[in-house]
Amino acid sequence: MPGPVQSIERAAAILRLLARGSGRLGVGEIATSLGLAKGTAHGILRTLQGVGFVEQDRASGKYQLGATLLHLGTSYLDVNDLRSRAINWADALAARSGEAVRIGTPLDGKVLVVHHVFRPDDSLQTLDVGSLLPLHATALGKVLLAYDADVASQLKDDDLAWFTRRTLVTAEALSRSVARVRELGWAAEVEEFATGLASIAAPIRGYGGLVVGAISIAGAVERVCPVARRADPGLVAFVQNAARAISRDLGAGRW
Amino acid sequence: MAAQYVMSIDQGTGSTRAILFDQGGRLVSVAQREHRQHYPKPGWVEHDAMEIWRNVEHVARESLHRVGAGADQVAAIGIANQRETSVLWDRRTGMPIGRAVVWQDTRTDELVARFAERPDAALVPERTGLPLATYFSAPRIRWLLDRVPGLFERAERGDVLFGTMESWVVWNLTGGPDGGVHVTDVTNASRTLLMDLRTLRWDRELLDFFGVPAAMLPEIRSCAEVYGTASRAVPGVRIAAALGDQQAALFGQCCFSRGEAKCTYGTGGFLLLNTGESPVRSSHGLLTTVGYRIGSQPAAYALEGSIAVTGALVQWFRDNLGLISSAPEIETLARTVEDNGGCYIVPAFSGLYAPHWRSGARGVIVGLTSYITKGHLARAVLEATGWQTREVVDAMNADSGLELNTLKVDGGMTADNLLMQFVADVLAAAVVRPMIAETVSLGAAYAAGLAVGYWPDLEGLRRNWHRAAQWLPAMDPARRESEYANWRRAVERTFDWVQPNPGSSAR
Repeated sequence: MPGPVQSIERAAAILRLLARGSGRLGVGEIATSLGLAKGTAHGILRTLQGVGFVEQDRASGKYQLGATLLHLGTSYLDVNDLRSRAINWADALAARSGEAVRIGTPLDGKVLVVHHVFRPDDSLQTLDVGSLLPLHATALGKVLLAYDADVASQLKDDDLAWFTRRTLVTAEALSRSVARVRELGWAAEVEEFATGLASIAAPIRGYGGLVVGAISIAGAVERVCPVARRADPGLVAFVQNAARAISRDLGAGRW
Repeated sequence: MAAQYVMSIDQGTGSTRAILFDQGGRLVSVAQREHRQHYPKPGWVEHDAMEIWRNVEHVARESLHRVGAGADQVAAIGIANQRETSVLWDRRTGMPIGRAVVWQDTRTDELVARFAERPDAALVPERTGLPLATYFSAPRIRWLLDRVPGLFERAERGDVLFGTMESWVVWNLTGGPDGGVHVTDVTNASRTLLMDLRTLRWDRELLDFFGVPAAMLPEIRSCAEVYGTASRAVPGVRIAAALGDQQAALFGQCCFSRGEAKCTYGTGGFLLLNTGESPVRSSHGLLTTVGYRIGSQPAAYALEGSIAVTGALVQWFRDNLGLISSAPEIETLARTVEDNGGCYIVPAFSGLYAPHWRSGARGVIVGLTSYITKGHLARAVLEATGWQTREVVDAMNADSGLELNTLKVDGGMTADNLLMQFVADVLAAAVVRPMIAETVSLGAAYAAGLAVGYWPDLEGLRRNWHRAAQWLPAMDPARRESEYANWRRAVERTFDWVQPNPGSSAR
């Protein structure tokens, strides 16, 4: 087993130093306090700044702990917060696509519907916020499986219940489908949950790029997949754009 | 049709926004800029009208820039605005005289008390449908005229002009000192205390009562007609609508028929009910106001009930008690328990508005026992908004003789499913949220689009309105009644906690 990594030890020492006292120090003060060369301290500070663990005050040039570090232990995103931040983008997606929109987060091996916008045709529809959907038979679920190892590990083989003749009920088929989602950056499900219906979903990323949920449109298979049972590229773009817009609002940065 | 968009300018209390809408009523582009709030003395709130005009110019151009569109692609502009905020300016230079006095400003409370003591003071509610209060514009005009020597004479000559924010924006868009059109619309004029609610004209006796010269007032026009053509910011575009923000939301929610109502849930709540072609007098503390008027068609009137504290109670729970870290988390916390555990919060932070009008009331938390957790308090916070809505709806039903069966909602709190379900439960009415959340801007755009034929008629607009969500009542009627009785007993406990200051208004 290799020994401790010196630069990580030094970075930890810098963070401890910034966490006490007034909390704002110049690179010289930091280097002196820890007995480091100024160039070494500067390099570590720049790296820590890059990942958001420290911030530099523009006027004074001094460093302090970054907001990312403060949120490190609470990266969990409240589902009601997620809905509140996503609501305008979800409405716009429903208006553009003409289909019902759902936002899902993982809960105990299922997809929890945290937001639902009706299909804009004023037909009778019921809010299904709070209901649970299967991970393996929905586009929302496949996105969560693709980007959250924790979710994927919770899914057991006997969870792969049969809904239609197209439902992916073997671990192998599901794993192939999920790998494809990672390749494409979005998921589709065509009559795998209910006959006649299809859905398209894309990941919603939170702070630091972690996937915190997924947004989908769902509707009649002939509208969502009009040609050769393939998801309509225009609709895919709408879903991806909405997911990116929400992710940006959640602070996902370059995603 | 060459023109692809309608532009809406929402000149609000905190910021100014320009939004472009397409023919389907879908939002295409948004630009927004905040302006400074000035608090020179306790109770005073002011805005710099020049800063606001510069922001209007900026956001109007920016909204076009964002989609690479030119002014020639805009069919018309509609304006929605913060209501009752008043500004005076010099017709020749275009410069404001002092800052705009904002609707929250209470500097006129002593002046209002003196007006209220006059034997002919009953004229005001009778003609305007509004109580004599600091909230409205006329006492502000008088205060401003009294403050600067010689201003009254200049106003009498028409050298100094008055306007609420839509007048200021239209005057500037149409050229300002160089041929600016000085107009207002019936909804904004209905909040000045100077317009007769029936004739929709400035009322000679009201002008005399407040001592306001007619020459300084804008011409009252309908909400949807071409007032003029912009020569600045978006040259060549017709300016074709103006409505106060809450009336714009009523219009944007397509409440075009008698009996249709909307509630906007922000820091406070504003519930407006369309009462049709004749004004309904309230005997339950509601305001009677103009809902909208399209061109030369008859005006649609509205009853308005305002709730002082709705979202502000959630903010208080977050910022002052620190029990949640973001407003939406109130729902998460409230869902940790099944019910309120017998606890009720009445947020009479600065008295109670409609239908109680108790300025001496202060907030209470009642029903505390050792059983109560922060989850129960969170429930009580959300339920307070539901019950206050119920009280206003009850007052509206009683005044109008109508029975509300659907409430259209908008505003930030509509993201809270638990609250929306509770509102449906306590009203025993369906609660529906439209797909476009920006109902204020949409209402102004709709009115402007109608005026220039971009949209054919109200039915065409209705076809653009889509339900995004609906909550249906599910509460057992017996439980609804017993909970409402508890709430009313809690409300009674807020009354007369402080004695009202002598001379302050009911608000």
